[in-house]
Amino acid sequence: MSGDTFKLIIYISFGTILMNNFVLTNFLGICPFLGVSKKLNSAIGMGLAVIFVMTIASVVTSLTNTYLLIPNNLEYLQTLAFILVIAGFVQFIEMFMKKVIPPLYKSLGIYLPLITTNCAVLGVALLSVQNEYNLWQSALYGASAGVGFMLATIIFAGIRERLDLNDVPKYFKGLPIALITAAFLSMAFTGFKGIFG
Amino acid sequence: MKNRSLQEFSKGILKENPTFILVLGMCPTLAVSTTAENSFMMGLAATSVLVLSNVIISIIRKLIPDKVRIPAYITVIAGFVTIVQLLMKAFLPELNEALGIYIPLIVVNCIILARAEAFAGKNNPWYSLLDGLGMGLGFTLALTLIGIIREFLGSGSVFGLEIIKNIPMPTLFVTPAGAFLVLGMLMALISALTHKKTEIKDCSECPMQCMSKDEKGKC
Repeated sequence: MSGDTFKLIIYISFGTILMNNFVLTNFLGICPFLGVSKKLNSAIGMGLAVIFVMTIASVVTSLTNTYLLIPNNLEYLQTLAFILVIAGFVQFIEMFMKKVIPPLYKSLGIYLPLITTNCAVLGVALLSVQNEYNLWQSALYGASAGVGFMLATIIFAGIRERLDLNDVPKYFKGLPIALITAAFLSMAFTGFKGIFG
Repeated sequence: MKNRSLQEFSKGILKENPTFILVLGMCPTLAVSTTAENSFMMGLAATSVLVLSNVIISIIRKLIPDKVRIPAYITVIAGFVTIVQLLMKAFLPELNEALGIYIPLIVVNCIILARAEAFAGKNNPWYSLLDGLGMGLGFTLALTLIGIIREFLGSGSVFGLEIIKNIPMPTLFVTPAGAFLVLGMLMALISALTHKKTEIKDCSECPMQCMSKDEKGKC
């Protein structure tokens, strides 16, 4: 492996997990981030499902783009093509998992429909095309984005489990305090920006 | 007849405001509200997609088999989003650059699919048009309000017009953390005004996940 490739791997993975965290700096996947972070266990399950779907979605859309859209000069149909391909593929995997690996389906499957086509998954596909990543780079990008999501959600779930025990002002209960907590978490992640100088 | 028209139009602005009351479409709300202008234009883009897709879906609602309605809705919405995206690229390239991937991401904006599923798929084109206009306007107003607050606190200007000069403003409000903070405070204010607890909506609120159904055809 050449030095450049290694540098690129580090850049894509750490850059996406810490510096440009999908949830906390790009605001992609806010809904599962807020909705499924009440319990640590469900945050972990959701995180794994997101990593899985994002990796697959980036690979599938990268293939669609290189072998279907670009040769036919149909790049302007990216949005439409990506969303249909992702939705179809994830649905297929869900059915496959249900039939072939029921235990995995039980732990991850329930989260799959929640994230089939949310903005984080389509966002990964669009961003990796925008960054002109090739197949393995998109796969790495997708996986890193998923890991970044999982990291943020797990930390957030941990804080929220504690928050439940505290006395929150009446009107701040529920969504407001969750958003303000996310603000502090986002501030903390801003600190990673300086890693690469 | 006239009363109902007015009602369908006005409900989206306050009573069922998509951002503050229904709590839908959080991603673009947080992401593009760095300046008032970006927020306003994003609101307009989403509104035009919402109105057009509502009308078309309402017209073809009887032709779509119930089982494939969600994928069909998404295809219609994605078509209009592509049109808006291409128009923006051609005529407003700077704005297109500023809003970036959040323009194509209008496809997965919950508000649009939620209105198609909850309203346009069941009502005639006229009411669907009004519903789309009202909801879009509610979204635009909410987004612009957040944009104005963030731009003012973060850089001392509103719609690019400098109001406070020579005083350094906390840039925190233009950063992602500021977005969460401002929205959190606004939500608390809404909750105090309506005397209701603003619940965190589960992702199941979004009809998008109806793409996968069980044997009984339920989500």
